[in-house]
Amino acid sequence: MASGYNVTALKTIWIKECTRFLRIWVQTLVPPAITMTLYFVIFGSIVGERIGDMAGFSYMEFIVPGLIMMSVITNSYSNVASSFFGAKFQSNIEEMLVAPVSTATIIAGYVGGGLARSLLVAIIVTLVSFAFVENVQIHHAGILVLSVVLTSTLFSLGGLLNAVFAKTFDDISIVPTFVLTPLTYLGGVFFSVSMLGEAWQWVAKMNPILYMVNAFRYGFLGYSDVNMAVALTVIIGFNIALFAVVYSLLERGVGIRT
Amino acid sequence: MKALSIKGLRKVYKGGFEALKGIDLDVEEGDFFALLGPNGAGKSTTIGIVSSLVNKTAGSVTVFDYDLDKQLVELKKQIGLVPQEFNFNQFETVTQIVVNQAGYYGVPRKLAHERAEKYLKQLGLWDKRNERARSLSGGMKRRLMIARALLHEPRLLILDEPTAGVDIELRRSMWDYLEKINKQGITIILTTHYLEEAESLCRKIAIIDSGEIIENTSMKRLLATLNMETFVMDLAPDQAKPELTGMVSRQVDDHTLEVDVEKSAGLNKVFEQLNEQNVKVLSMRNKANRLEELFVGLVEKGRQVKEHKHG
Repeated sequence: MASGYNVTALKTIWIKECTRFLRIWVQTLVPPAITMTLYFVIFGSIVGERIGDMAGFSYMEFIVPGLIMMSVITNSYSNVASSFFGAKFQSNIEEMLVAPVSTATIIAGYVGGGLARSLLVAIIVTLVSFAFVENVQIHHAGILVLSVVLTSTLFSLGGLLNAVFAKTFDDISIVPTFVLTPLTYLGGVFFSVSMLGEAWQWVAKMNPILYMVNAFRYGFLGYSDVNMAVALTVIIGFNIALFAVVYSLLERGVGIRT
Repeated sequence: MKALSIKGLRKVYKGGFEALKGIDLDVEEGDFFALLGPNGAGKSTTIGIVSSLVNKTAGSVTVFDYDLDKQLVELKKQIGLVPQEFNFNQFETVTQIVVNQAGYYGVPRKLAHERAEKYLKQLGLWDKRNERARSLSGGMKRRLMIARALLHEPRLLILDEPTAGVDIELRRSMWDYLEKINKQGITIILTTHYLEEAESLCRKIAIIDSGEIIENTSMKRLLATLNMETFVMDLAPDQAKPELTGMVSRQVDDHTLEVDVEKSAGLNKVFEQLNEQNVKVLSMRNKANRLEELFVGLVEKGRQVKEHKHG
């Protein structure tokens, strides 16, 4: 059970993190709104009309959950990666390290910040989507919320892991560019994996982002390319594994203590 | 009670550099303690280990009897750290920095704001409370780090070069403040390059060089070991240059004479000779380099002993 000082410390880190991304809202909240508007216009309206239906839904309806999830993934990752690396770079991580803040509290505080930003972005992108989709339906609110929270937590942990090892600002842009973006594009945001051949379907199902996008899409549309129980198990499993890795690294002082 | 007790502390960095070679150090509660040493001697590593920013290789550290390995949470609560480099978020305001730091120690936000007002006022930063840290002057940033370190009201305050780059007036006011809080019961350990600072503030002193403690005693006792003192005399203008025999003297310029005098010899012989030569002395002062002489002497002596051992 968290002791009193850790609860106060957790609140402090969370407030600090939220204050940070709200202070620079032009860099953190506006770009996803603009980018997603462009996606909606180009892929949804212009290209989507020629594509027609996808899995029984209009193409725009089909891609909205995936695009929201894409913003959640990139924003939770980049928020924690840049904030934690910035704290390392300016050495103000030491403010926490000299204080009796537990490793779990530090992780929870930063993940909480990533969650807050990505959920705010998710709400903004959803509001933007209203301009393009006539009837936004919610099939299963529980799975919708669970999948977005777990995905945001997972990528916040990923951002933290990246920041632990990063030595320069370039190091925190390598993973989003070379790993996250390709996996997200291939994770069923823009297409249903049922359109692929059997062999490629098997390859696609090795991508964990596919399960997150599909779980979220199921929450909205009631449609998924993968079994929901499998999807949630994969997401929870990755969360546990990544938390264990990050906890172990920070506890040993990797990247933060000499 | 010991505020800090270090036994056999070793630190070997990756790559094999041994920064600390098994040092022992005790600081009593209420002390004003100076830790001196040349650059790279191991001062910051020692402070880093005590404040748990650096992992030790071997040895034990206790702070007010709390063990670094077994009671880290309690140990951390006892310490306030003022590091050498500015390590706060430059984009946060003065209030955010100190209130957040208190939060990491579990101080509730309302109480943290009350304490922030108290310490920012004491350190002359209250008017700057809503300014971003990057807009502060160097001296203000130093004071901000002191305020930040005090907000959880620690019993041991560790300052690593607290007055580096601070002008003389501000340095004096910081000395006064540190003396005041020391009198209120806070144990203070400071490292400094300004030997005058250590001499005027600290009652105990340890000198560290190449990862080893080469002296650990009271300031009085250390200064008492100095058997030579240098006096600076201001001479009246337009008179012949004095020639002193049986002692070392230097004519710095036309009207300034420096004389090295053995403590046991006294000053009478100096003035006898000056009177015989009709040299008029307008004023005299002690050259404020006593600790510096000792420091250089001790460090050199320690190195000679090591060379002898290894040679």
